[in-house]
Amino acid sequence: MSAATLVPRSLRGFVFPLVLLALWWAAVRFGWSSSPLLVAPGQVWQTGVEQVISGKVFAALGASLWRDLFGFAIGASAGLGVGALLGASRLAEKLVGPSFHTLKQISLFAWIPLLSVWFGLGDSAKVAFLSLAAFFPVVLNTFEGIRSVPADLLEVARVLKFSRTQAWVKLILPAASPSIFAGIHLGLIYAWLATLGAEYLLVSGQGIGNLMIEGREHFWMDMVLFGVFVVGLVGFTLNWIASRIEAHSLAWRSRSVAQF
Amino acid sequence: MERSLPLRLDGVASPLDVGIDGGDSNQRDTVLARQSRAAWRRRVAEQTWPPLRDWLLAWPLPLAVLALWALASHFEWIAPQVLPSPEAVALTFKEALVSGELWANLQISLLRVLGGFAVGLVGGLALGVVMGLSPTVKDYVYPIFKAFAQVPVLGWLPLLMLLVGIDEALKIILISKAALVPIALNTYKGIQSVPTRFIEVGKVLKFTRWQMLGKVVFPAALAPIWNGIRYGFTHAWLALVVVELLASSEGLGFMIVYGRQLFQLDVVLAAVVVVGAVGYVLDKGLAAIETRLLGWRKQAF
Repeated sequence: MSAATLVPRSLRGFVFPLVLLALWWAAVRFGWSSSPLLVAPGQVWQTGVEQVISGKVFAALGASLWRDLFGFAIGASAGLGVGALLGASRLAEKLVGPSFHTLKQISLFAWIPLLSVWFGLGDSAKVAFLSLAAFFPVVLNTFEGIRSVPADLLEVARVLKFSRTQAWVKLILPAASPSIFAGIHLGLIYAWLATLGAEYLLVSGQGIGNLMIEGREHFWMDMVLFGVFVVGLVGFTLNWIASRIEAHSLAWRSRSVAQF
Repeated sequence: MERSLPLRLDGVASPLDVGIDGGDSNQRDTVLARQSRAAWRRRVAEQTWPPLRDWLLAWPLPLAVLALWALASHFEWIAPQVLPSPEAVALTFKEALVSGELWANLQISLLRVLGGFAVGLVGGLALGVVMGLSPTVKDYVYPIFKAFAQVPVLGWLPLLMLLVGIDEALKIILISKAALVPIALNTYKGIQSVPTRFIEVGKVLKFTRWQMLGKVVFPAALAPIWNGIRYGFTHAWLALVVVELLASSEGLGFMIVYGRQLFQLDVVLAAVVVVGAVGYVLDKGLAAIETRLLGWRKQAF
């Protein structure tokens, strides 16, 4: 039997994870390493269950997510405004664009030490940082989206004698929406990355990042692994929600032509 | 405004570690958008102002901010520990430059990012090509790769610190992970989305397997692959700064943390400026390579 038909297609994705899990289990079971870092898969599971039952993980996750979404909301709304302005006005683009592009080049996390001096070590510095993280991608994609609205569409608006508001609501924003949504999606992902970074670098308060840092300091491998799992799960969920909203709000685009 | 790379979405490109699945449906839209955008730009270039005026318009805002900053520190509206004067930052910058401290740190950072990126590039290309060309490999590897990519670089950091310590290995692994994910993803998707009619033409011409790869598949997938490489580099630079902030005793990121700890904000600001400048130069360099590498495609229009 050739390798291609050895395992049914739908199950192939599970092969590697299962092999890794088996190796991990075997390494613990047969004592291949005496390192205290080698914890049993069961122990990680148990830590996870404990964290869930005691509610600790929810408290940490709640704190992280609250900050994440709060900062994201500020950054994304500011980004939409600035992006729309830059996209719609060539003068604004020329005045602000170059400065914006220069600031954008500064690696995101380099802002944290500065923000910590300006906003303290508490939640306000973290939220400020998160909004910055969401701000840049939203501005860029909103700008690109509005700028790439085909000129023909605007001519249609002129022919139909649309008012300014009508042109924006009925033509420009819908035409730019794929790019705008992509920006918001990116902003959400960056904000989640920044949430972790902020919790590592501004160590105060509660959060999933603090949980992992604490685990690392005490050499609790089970805790750290559980944290990695939770972080991946949250990233996946945020990503999934954003894609759903995106697909839902953009569904009209594939229908529009077929309807006529 | 120029096309700005790190966060742009060109069809297949996938942002950050947890990628948006740039579906094929997007791609046609992007091509259309790009064509109309190019036409629009051409029209604009014809009728708008000369470049010199554009250049002049870029300055009022930063100069105003600088003036405000100078005034604020001159009249001590804000404590110098919180916002040092522009002169202090410039002076610190000069000192760090003359003493060679800045160069030494910059060199270390650049070596790290290039080393990590090189590893990520090779790994990412290999993984992407294999997944793109072989459905069997893709079936086995893609799900675990996706799961691995869902956890951002920062999520792996505490785990890796436990496993490999905080030495050079940690930095290389994290930076290469940051670069590998977008490169692998975009390479895979780029190869997957090579139009079947290209392959059919190749078949008609009786291309061998290698000819097919070298003359049809890779040239057609070059744009998304290159996109992935640029993303990969941006992410590598981001990862470098964060890992140096968190676990390092040298490098640009360390300069920032060190200045922060001593409340020497002039050092912090000087280092931040360098981080921005290096990011800018690297981005421009990659853009220049892109023009050379993908220039042939533009002849079509």
